[in-house]
Amino acid sequence: MRRDITLVVNGEEHRVTVADGETLLAVLRDRLNLTGTKRGCDQGDCGACTVLLDGRPVASCLVLAADAQGKTITTVEGLAAGGRLHPVQEAFVRHFATQCGFCTPGMVMAAVGLLGENPHPTEDEVREALAGNLCRCTGYGAIVRAVLDVAGRGDGDA
Amino acid sequence: MEMPEFQVIGRPTTKLDAADKAAGRAVYLDDLRRPGMLHARVLRSPHAHARIVAVDTARARALPGVKAVITARDLPGRNIGFGLDNPPLKGEKVCSVGDEVAAVAAVDEDTAAAACSLIEVVYEELPAVFGPEEAMRPGAPVVHPEKPDNVSLHYHFAAGEVERALETSHAVVEGRFQLPFVTPCCLETHGVIAEFDLQGNLTVWSTTQVPFLYQKELADALGLPGSRIRVVKATIGGGFGSKLELYPFEVAVAELARRTGRPVKMVHTREEEFAASRPRTPMVIDMRTGADREGRLTVRTATCYMDNGAYNSWGAINPLVGMQTVTSLYRVPCVRYDAFVVYTNNPYSGAMRGYGNPQATFAVESQMDMLAFELGLDPLRLRLLNANRPGEVTHQKMRITTCGLAGCLEKAAAAAELPAVREEGKLYGVGLAGYLHVGGGARVYRSDGCGAQVKIDDLGKVTLVTGATEIGQGSETVLAQIVAETLGVPLSMVRVVNTDTDLTPWDVGTHASRTTFIAGNAALAAARRAKGKLLALAAEQLAVSPEELEITGGRVRVRGREGPGVPYDRVVRAAHFRTGGAVIQAAAYYDPPTERQDENYAGNISAAYSFGAQAAVVAVDPATGRVEVLKVVSVHDAGRILNPLAARGQVEGGVSMGLGYALTERLVVEQGRVLNPGFLDYRLMTTADMPPVEAVFLEEADPQGPFGAKGLGEPPAVPTAAAVANAVYRACGVRVFELPVTPERLLAAIRARGTSGGLRQATTM
Repeated sequence: MRRDITLVVNGEEHRVTVADGETLLAVLRDRLNLTGTKRGCDQGDCGACTVLLDGRPVASCLVLAADAQGKTITTVEGLAAGGRLHPVQEAFVRHFATQCGFCTPGMVMAAVGLLGENPHPTEDEVREALAGNLCRCTGYGAIVRAVLDVAGRGDGDA
Repeated sequence: MEMPEFQVIGRPTTKLDAADKAAGRAVYLDDLRRPGMLHARVLRSPHAHARIVAVDTARARALPGVKAVITARDLPGRNIGFGLDNPPLKGEKVCSVGDEVAAVAAVDEDTAAAACSLIEVVYEELPAVFGPEEAMRPGAPVVHPEKPDNVSLHYHFAAGEVERALETSHAVVEGRFQLPFVTPCCLETHGVIAEFDLQGNLTVWSTTQVPFLYQKELADALGLPGSRIRVVKATIGGGFGSKLELYPFEVAVAELARRTGRPVKMVHTREEEFAASRPRTPMVIDMRTGADREGRLTVRTATCYMDNGAYNSWGAINPLVGMQTVTSLYRVPCVRYDAFVVYTNNPYSGAMRGYGNPQATFAVESQMDMLAFELGLDPLRLRLLNANRPGEVTHQKMRITTCGLAGCLEKAAAAAELPAVREEGKLYGVGLAGYLHVGGGARVYRSDGCGAQVKIDDLGKVTLVTGATEIGQGSETVLAQIVAETLGVPLSMVRVVNTDTDLTPWDVGTHASRTTFIAGNAALAAARRAKGKLLALAAEQLAVSPEELEITGGRVRVRGREGPGVPYDRVVRAAHFRTGGAVIQAAAYYDPPTERQDENYAGNISAAYSFGAQAAVVAVDPATGRVEVLKVVSVHDAGRILNPLAARGQVEGGVSMGLGYALTERLVVEQGRVLNPGFLDYRLMTTADMPPVEAVFLEEADPQGPFGAKGLGEPPAVPTAAAVANAVYRACGVRVFELPVTPERLLAAIRARGTSGGLRQATTM
């Protein structure tokens, strides 16, 4: 079965025809050309495809596109405003929190989601919130420092 | 030593591509599409060892949307892999689960996958063999008839009177160390897009970390001249060695592109990445180490059985690196090393960060601690007594120049202390391990070179075109720093082009921790030449001699003379906009002053060697067998650190990979089948698991390195497992011989010990 749905992504409305089993990740990447969201495992295990659904981080490979209808979807492309990176993105740059960068969009979205709910998390809370996002390059140190820096915590050493 | 004043070198420098990556704008292979592009899937063998009796592709071809189906007989070129033992599509028999039997190109991925399921293959299963020692026994199933004993390669090295030394040593420790299958787990899986133009030129967009070797091997596999192939790299989402070689599916995809006349793309699923990409070589290492009464090493022997799997990939030369650690990390007068690289019907092993060194270091550094306890000596003192020093020439004729091993060991041991507050019932310990790794390239091919070109244009833009491949580690940024520092221009003026073999000069590739050293020296030489040209032109324009000029802050000045100087781009414009003008462009090729090993494995293969040590602090819960790592101190002699942010990132990332090797990672392979092909069951370290990692650098400049740098890419992942294992022994008295140290294994060992003698109390180092 295919159906017509409307998705609101980064403030823009998109009408797309999707198959019943089609994931939000597939629609974002393959239909809407929003390739910033990465396909790391397609099994919900790595976090590379994390987007915000009504402000909460979700693995978009586990969300059916049809179920995202009527919700506010934010992808990594929707964070920068007025030509400026989001503070979390800026902190990732400053702290060398991205190496190969494949996990970065998902990691950034998970961090933005966390800070939306809890603007001043402790280091443990940051580590807990990002534990579903895998990174093979950084060992997470710079990522955690970046998020704590935005949260106004930690010594921002780097 | 007095530190020279640098403007760019040594300063914390953010990654050139960081903003694009953080914004989701970096373009990876899977983000690319070409007009008219088809999608490919390969049909893989479900059997570990079987004869292919018949393949029927008729139903697959008939499926609407299918554009081409190929099998072994459709591939005109030769085999791939080290030793050319691997047909890209298998025609006669399959030797491992996941072997590629057929490939399909179709209008979309689902159709290609559906077509694969319609291909009928009749297999006749053959007896299979799944362990190296089992495979070496007479009568074992033979994987490749050309090697009836299944031994693909045998490495042997010996020096000194080994047997006599074993007899006369005051103490000899021995043990069998077992290292599991682990796998690189790049967050980006392997992928390729292949497209032919109407002149017969093939462009491949690839995730390779070795574009020029890839170009050559692909040409041979397709039966095309290499001059017809252009390799373009998108942003690469991690390599760690797994992207060091051409994969069979890539040859099939190129052939599908040739047959269909359309671009064809294929990207590994995560399951394929786990089950059909190259893991780190599992090894069984039987090792003995002897010493005299004072703790001076007398002898070491190692016999390694390496599970090569079904084919030779670059993993088959892992022993070259492991051998160095066995013979040369510490000074040992008598040494014997044997490594058997054995074919089995398991997944075939490849390169992964450290290239045989994490395995060898685990055994060597475990035995240093075993020996210390046997002799009643402090493990640090024992290491310092035997550590390599500058000026040493090892058995293998490696010439040790700068060597901070002793300093690294001391600093690591000093910085790792047991926590002041300890939980009741838990056992604490600190463990130490050192390492040696090539730090100035590694001459494993005839050349260890890299080319570079520097162009300075009329608007001041400086372009470095380098053969080196950025795989996420930050080499682009470091190379740009080197060029900016050399030219005396701001870093923001430098761009790096390194993505296209039609433009970039030759390079061996990103491996052996060589890029900063080798590509750095090439960039440095090209920048110096370009600067020489610029100053010669400036000297003409200013009517002074070139020797009187310098460039600082982007301005050409006469040394010692006050004033604003001339912007360098104005010099370039003046050179362009005149009759008989000139471009300012220079090229250089750097091939280090090293030699290949001879047939006895002797030769100075690297222009510098990197050393270091790690200390791990652990808490063991004897009730559960769980090991908690509380802290890792990672100290490195990597010469001068050119970019502290990048270096710290390499260390933290390497340690996390090392901790995974120590504690959680294991590809479960049974009857040749990977049983845990996903991140749920193959556990990487997460943010919640990672302890604090303290990265320390000695910062002693190496005279051969660019601005004094040596390699740092692989080393941080090398000694971690040994340090953790030594800490576990200190904590609970259980010697770990097999990785990973899972709670189940440790609990069983603690219980076995408990019946015979109770737990040791934690001691400090």
